[in-house]
Amino acid sequence: MPGFFKSSIGRKVAMALSAFFLMFFLLQHLAINILSVFSPETFNEVSHFMGTNPVVQFALQPVLIFAVVFHFVMGFILELKNSKANGVSYAKNNGAANSTWFSRNMIYSGITILAFIVLHFIDFWFPEINTKFIQGDWSGMLDGVDGFRYHEELKHKFVSPIRVGAYVLAFVFLGLHLAHGFTSAFQSMGGTVGRKKAAQNIGKAYSIIIPAGFIFIALYHHFNH
Amino acid sequence: MNLTLKIWRQKDSNAKGQMVDYKVTEISEHMSFLEMMDVLNEQLVNAGEEPVAFDHDCREGICGMCSMYINGEAHGPDRGVTTCQLHMRMFKDGDTITIEPFRAAAFPVIKDLVVDRSAFDRIQHSGGYISVNTSGNTQDANAIPIAKQAADQAMDAATCIGCGACVATCKNSSAMLFVGAKVSQYALLPQGQVEAADRVKNMVAQMDLEGFGNCTNTGACEVECPKGISLDNIARMNRELMKASI
Amino acid sequence: MALDSKVPQGPLKDKWTDYKNHINLVNPANKRHIDVIVVGTGLAGGSASATLAELGYNVKSFAYQDSPRRAHSIAAQGGINAAKNYQGDGDSTYRLFYDTVKGGDYRSREANVYRLAEVSANIIDQCVAQGVPFARDYGGLLDNRSFGGVLVSRTFYAKGQTGQQLLLGAYSAMNRQIARGKIEMFNRHEMLDVVLVDGKARGIIARNLVTGEIERHAAHAVVIASGGYGNVYFLSTNAMGSNVTAGWKVHKKGAYFANPCYTQIHPTCIPRSGDYQSKLTLMSESLRNDGRIWVPKNLEDVKAIREGKLKPTQLTEDQRDYYLERRYPAFGNLVPRDVASRAAKERCDAGFGVNATGEAVYLDFAASFERYGSEQAKIQGITNPSAAKIKELGQEIVRAKYGNLFQMYEKIVDENPYETPMMIYPAVHYTMGGVWVDYNLMTTIPGCYAIGEANFSDHGANRLGASALMQGLADGYFVLPYTIGDYLSNDIRTGKISTDTPEFDAAEKEVSERIAFFVNNKGTHSVDYYHKKLGKIMWDKCGMSRNKEGLEEAIEEISALRKDFWENVIVPGTATEYNEQLAKAGRVADFLELGELFAKDALVREESAGGHFREEHQTEDGEAKRMKEFQFVSAWEYKGEPKEAVLHKEALVYENIEVKERSYK
Repeated sequence: MPGFFKSSIGRKVAMALSAFFLMFFLLQHLAINILSVFSPETFNEVSHFMGTNPVVQFALQPVLIFAVVFHFVMGFILELKNSKANGVSYAKNNGAANSTWFSRNMIYSGITILAFIVLHFIDFWFPEINTKFIQGDWSGMLDGVDGFRYHEELKHKFVSPIRVGAYVLAFVFLGLHLAHGFTSAFQSMGGTVGRKKAAQNIGKAYSIIIPAGFIFIALYHHFNH
Repeated sequence: MNLTLKIWRQKDSNAKGQMVDYKVTEISEHMSFLEMMDVLNEQLVNAGEEPVAFDHDCREGICGMCSMYINGEAHGPDRGVTTCQLHMRMFKDGDTITIEPFRAAAFPVIKDLVVDRSAFDRIQHSGGYISVNTSGNTQDANAIPIAKQAADQAMDAATCIGCGACVATCKNSSAMLFVGAKVSQYALLPQGQVEAADRVKNMVAQMDLEGFGNCTNTGACEVECPKGISLDNIARMNRELMKASI
Repeated sequence: MALDSKVPQGPLKDKWTDYKNHINLVNPANKRHIDVIVVGTGLAGGSASATLAELGYNVKSFAYQDSPRRAHSIAAQGGINAAKNYQGDGDSTYRLFYDTVKGGDYRSREANVYRLAEVSANIIDQCVAQGVPFARDYGGLLDNRSFGGVLVSRTFYAKGQTGQQLLLGAYSAMNRQIARGKIEMFNRHEMLDVVLVDGKARGIIARNLVTGEIERHAAHAVVIASGGYGNVYFLSTNAMGSNVTAGWKVHKKGAYFANPCYTQIHPTCIPRSGDYQSKLTLMSESLRNDGRIWVPKNLEDVKAIREGKLKPTQLTEDQRDYYLERRYPAFGNLVPRDVASRAAKERCDAGFGVNATGEAVYLDFAASFERYGSEQAKIQGITNPSAAKIKELGQEIVRAKYGNLFQMYEKIVDENPYETPMMIYPAVHYTMGGVWVDYNLMTTIPGCYAIGEANFSDHGANRLGASALMQGLADGYFVLPYTIGDYLSNDIRTGKISTDTPEFDAAEKEVSERIAFFVNNKGTHSVDYYHKKLGKIMWDKCGMSRNKEGLEEAIEEISALRKDFWENVIVPGTATEYNEQLAKAGRVADFLELGELFAKDALVREESAGGHFREEHQTEDGEAKRMKEFQFVSAWEYKGEPKEAVLHKEALVYENIEVKERSYK
């Protein structure tokens, strides 16, 4: 088994496994965030639960961080190996004749998403860590705000049009990444289901709904406050 | 028709190559692409120049010897054909055609458009067979019934001609369509079951050793494959390797 | 030297078994000390290499292509015969033997053919065990189809790619031995001479086609499995690189060359379209199972079709001449290849050819669409199906059977064969002649063997469809590995053969000098210029029909062309690099000698038999007329110029089969 993950196929399987986890994470992340539009109270409560529950904080969060880091590092490793396998490049290469742009450029959509995640960490995750682990404030309250602070902080982040623009752009790239990644992960795992029409439609729907949802949330808060 | 050709010329594996322009005239649309190359070479020989070296043999699309990356596509713009089956009616008078060798670190150029694909042979040596002796007494052929569907699927995988278009096309120079087809042919047949686990492990290990890249499922290989080998074969190989490793 | 075919005594059906029981064997420990060179990696060479290595010999295999898998056996489409009688239609070893001898127009050696029929069933078993994906029926058992010249279904197939699958099977067996180190593979190498030590074949001189290096390789025996010489015609269905060099070199060193004039012109090839054409493409004979061959009855219709004023589909049944069905009612469109080809030529010579060059006949599937379509409509329970529906259903069936061939045709000709009849014309396809071998498959040089298409042995004057694959694999898997042991048993004390001997020095010197001549000659004409000229002489004067006058001219013309070649050929580049023109020059030089011997053989054979049709010898209705006094194998001994070759005759004796007029009427 250890040899398996050293093989080219094993690495792809590992990529796919981390991708499945991340895709599930995205789904639940969107589900919680969308609450901020329809019910700030529920959003606050769920956020507080997620932010303070020890299972989420000390078990799932490290797994998530590992998956994110792994997916990126392995993505870069594979990209380097692949470009080494290429040798001399073609004077003329008509890639569009046989494959989609986004399937050939996962590394670029991936890098864009990485840049976004850095921004996202600065915006949300670092302040959270600071509040909870450095200042030791696990109350979820903020001075001058009724109830939990999460919804208020969220709204605050979507004031700047530049940040909102960056979010929207990043989610477009996330959509492109998912458009190939969703079905590709099945293929890497040895499933042919990704090649069935139904699965491809689900993949398409997923890669549109997830980013569109996040974009909607960002725009909603930007224009409503 | 009259054409401009931009062709990769490289004296030998150590030399530095470059694109060189040539002109050919009075090309018939019924010619095959290689017959057009013959015209060019006859022209070069008569002018006392060295003809363009390219691999070719059967000229009916089955030996897998011909290669060439034509206008940015393995075996050129037509589908389901090798270069020898590509006809000039796919091009127009006045066209400029770019002709390059199949590129991959694992396919070093030998001369001009001729590349060394022996990596494919070495992958096959590592397990592309069923260990049955000719000199032994095998059982009657009909003693091994095989469901028609399995036999047909195995046949579809087995039609691979080993030309290397999949590798040349792949942005990662991955050989997984080729290896997947071979693994699949045996995995689908009862005769291949006994050695299935070792076969897939050894062939994948050799594939990695040869320096081929990873599959990122762009599907380009399947589109460019002259024999239409299905991407399903790669999935099957992935499955077989997981099964073998667990 | 008198010819000794070494056919064992005893009843026909026991010969091979008795023979195997009494030959000398080499024990496994000694096999490790014996080397065998195999030139060529097609079905014969590939299977021989694998089996010899399995047995324990050290094998060195040579291929001019970049991988053994590319040998031209791969292009065989239709199938492989075997007397399995799975269909229960009365097939047997004897019947396969009988059909093959009759199909070969009673010009093959009885004992060899019977042995071939006998081992044919093992081939199928072996290939299935190796994982060759033969076509199967819904019950999971092997399917068969029928081929020309026989009345049973004994042909096993893998879609239209049977040769490919069988070759990949042999290649996989080779791979296993290459991995074990028992086969040392030399890809992109060409054999340029055989080396004789004390009269025995002890090695070869080969050229590395990538570096140009001349190499010496020694062994205790040399096996020639380099295929046929159809490329002497320039245009043929052979691969571009297929050549006679290995066979011709052993001929020049003492191996007799047998029946060079027996050439198979295959009836179902795609017609020539222009002078630039580099090769011809064959479409499997299996198409004749379902296609009907015809030309228009009236010359006015022919003219209109050629001018594009009339479409073949517009002609009614009574305006068409289904000439094979008319002339040969018993076998119809499934007459043997030589008969079908000659009949097409006869119609085209009479002016009925249907394309611009006047060299094409129709192969029409309309009747099959209807037959299969009606059958399918019944199976699917469609009542009163429309004609269009029937055609559609029928086309589905035909597509499943021959889809790849139809697609290939459309790619080349740019016409849709589902809508308009295919056009076909005969083309050079296979050479029954080759290096003379005895029952052991040994040539007249001790220790030098020839197998597969390279030898002359089993097909007589005409080969039946799906029998080439059978012979290649029979020789390589099941015959040579036994017979060679009998010879090698005398070599267990010989030890390694040295390449550092005067014999190797001399052979290498000769090869190097010839190469030096080519690259240094300040000539004016390319190699292809000569090859095309030779091809034209061969096709015009040694083609589907031959006569005394033409053959005499051919001998003189080829001789003059050869002289011109050695004065004026130009080969660009150097000897120490990848140089395809140089490789080709050597091959064409040998074709220029073989061509002359070919014409001489055809001239001497004053009869018509199988693929050899002499206009002087035909029956009143234009059928081939065999002569009792020519019931022998012509084995030619090299004496310098090809025209000075000396004829040796091996009489053919038929004890188990009655020599009759070969009729398919």
